[in-house]
Amino acid sequence: MQEILNILKTLDYSPLWISLQTGLVATVICFFLGIWTARCVMRMGKRAKAFVDGILTLPMVLPPTVAGFFLLLIFSLRRPIGSFLYDELSIKVVQTWLGCVLAAGVIAFPLMYRNARAAFEQVDIELIYAGRTLGMSERAIFWRVVLPSAGPGVVSGTILTFARALGEYGATSMLAGNIAGKTGTISQRIAMVIQNGDYLTAGLWVAIILLISFGIVVAMNVFADSKMRNIKKW
Amino acid sequence: MSLSVNIIKRLPGFTLKVSLNAEAGVTALLGASGSGKSMMLRCIAGVEKPDEGSIVLDGRVLYDSKAKIDLPPQARKVGYLFQRFALFPNMTVLQNIDAGLSLERDAHTRKTKREGFIARFHLQGLEDRLPRELSGGQMQRVALCRMLAGEPEAILLDEPFAALDSHLRWQMEAEVKETLAGFPGVALLVSHDRGEVYRMSKSVCVLNAGKSEPMITTRELFDQPRTLQTALITGCKNCVPAERLTTETVYVPQWNAKLACAPDDSSGITHVGIRAHDIVPCEPGTENAILCRVVDAADDVFSRVLTLLPTGGTATIRAEVSKAVGNTLQTGSDAWFCLPKEHIMLLRETHEG
Repeated sequence: MQEILNILKTLDYSPLWISLQTGLVATVICFFLGIWTARCVMRMGKRAKAFVDGILTLPMVLPPTVAGFFLLLIFSLRRPIGSFLYDELSIKVVQTWLGCVLAAGVIAFPLMYRNARAAFEQVDIELIYAGRTLGMSERAIFWRVVLPSAGPGVVSGTILTFARALGEYGATSMLAGNIAGKTGTISQRIAMVIQNGDYLTAGLWVAIILLISFGIVVAMNVFADSKMRNIKKW
Repeated sequence: MSLSVNIIKRLPGFTLKVSLNAEAGVTALLGASGSGKSMMLRCIAGVEKPDEGSIVLDGRVLYDSKAKIDLPPQARKVGYLFQRFALFPNMTVLQNIDAGLSLERDAHTRKTKREGFIARFHLQGLEDRLPRELSGGQMQRVALCRMLAGEPEAILLDEPFAALDSHLRWQMEAEVKETLAGFPGVALLVSHDRGEVYRMSKSVCVLNAGKSEPMITTRELFDQPRTLQTALITGCKNCVPAERLTTETVYVPQWNAKLACAPDDSSGITHVGIRAHDIVPCEPGTENAILCRVVDAADDVFSRVLTLLPTGGTATIRAEVSKAVGNTLQTGSDAWFCLPKEHIMLLRETHEG
């Protein structure tokens, strides 16, 4: 017990903050981008929709290392886009915190997009028609009718996105690497200390991420339950 | 005040082809479920787009495929009353009505108008309630109020009473009728309930598998349906093929009967119809009397429904008689029934025929 307390006292907590910051920023970006993309995809024709939806969902079903590979292909300093960004705009993605956000965002994006789309598609179309015949602008209809109706789905999508971004490992380790205090996230720290055979520290980090993730999922269920009372049991 | 609609909309499975000229007052659109009634209203409101044609309201072109005019629903000034009311569930009664005043920019005018409408529809005290805290009748009142708040030039009512319990239906029908009486523009009422159409409208357009039939007065529709489809849709239970013998007689093979009818010399008659409640038991030798076997007798709420098979006939006749009369006629017995000639309706297969 004393040993655990000692470790907790001397532990480098930077991975916790890096993970939380990465998760938060990636979620904010995914939130707006996901909602916007969901609206665009909904307006597409059947075939275009199937195709675009497939591409947008890929990061969710592929191994994250595949996404990492493609991200490296784009942003590596030895590649045209990556070198352009670095030379012209001084933007460096590889081995930076920006890379953490990008990797986490790409992997978590499908969760936001798919949940938002499912929620929007379930909005009663007559409510939207009603808004239009009453003279409400499309913008007002979206913010005052569609979003409140789709609220629970959008919220659960956002929370899942945050949880996923928080724990991202594969793509992050490839794109951002594991630089302590800079890109070292919790999941990367766990992998690193396990390699050193330090099961106690690894266990502590596991406990921390378990608590956060479980808390998020429980919070989501409580929220969804209070919002959707008319759900039937069967 | 007039609304002229000439549109074609192709849908998977059928094509909606509507031609209609409605004047101020209530015009009913009568059609079976799936005949395209709601789709037609949606095209007029602008939330669905027809494939071709034109929609003109009081000389204002709302849609014209040739001139490439397609006003957005927000600019059409066409009110829509939805079957399930479509009140915004996250907004209070007050906010819902405010949504109907979206086009009113001036806050002060909006407040005055809003208060006037709330008083007119007896919604005082309900302003802060959410739709789910309202009764069916109150929801309908809010929906009506919200629709009329925007001062539409035409209003569309999509099966307005379908979502109400039957006891509420009567009350709301009276209220809606009163509201419509004070509405200066064109009102289109969609319904599959012939009673509702009869009570509420003065002219009617029958939609038959997506095609509109010429508009006629409601009286005329019920008293003298001209086609088989109209007869069926107005609730005629007995429609059978018939052969014309003279201007005053027809032969009905399936009933093995020669029937006298009111003089009529229109051509193309293929069927005759008679309403179930027009058939009465009678003495042998009466005009249009048929000897029938009672093959089934069942009680309805206030009448007795008899299924009759004419002697030598192949098709049954459905008759509705009072319980007092019906109770004397047992299943399996034979009795004479009269098909009064003034109630025999001569029908054509279609309008074009």
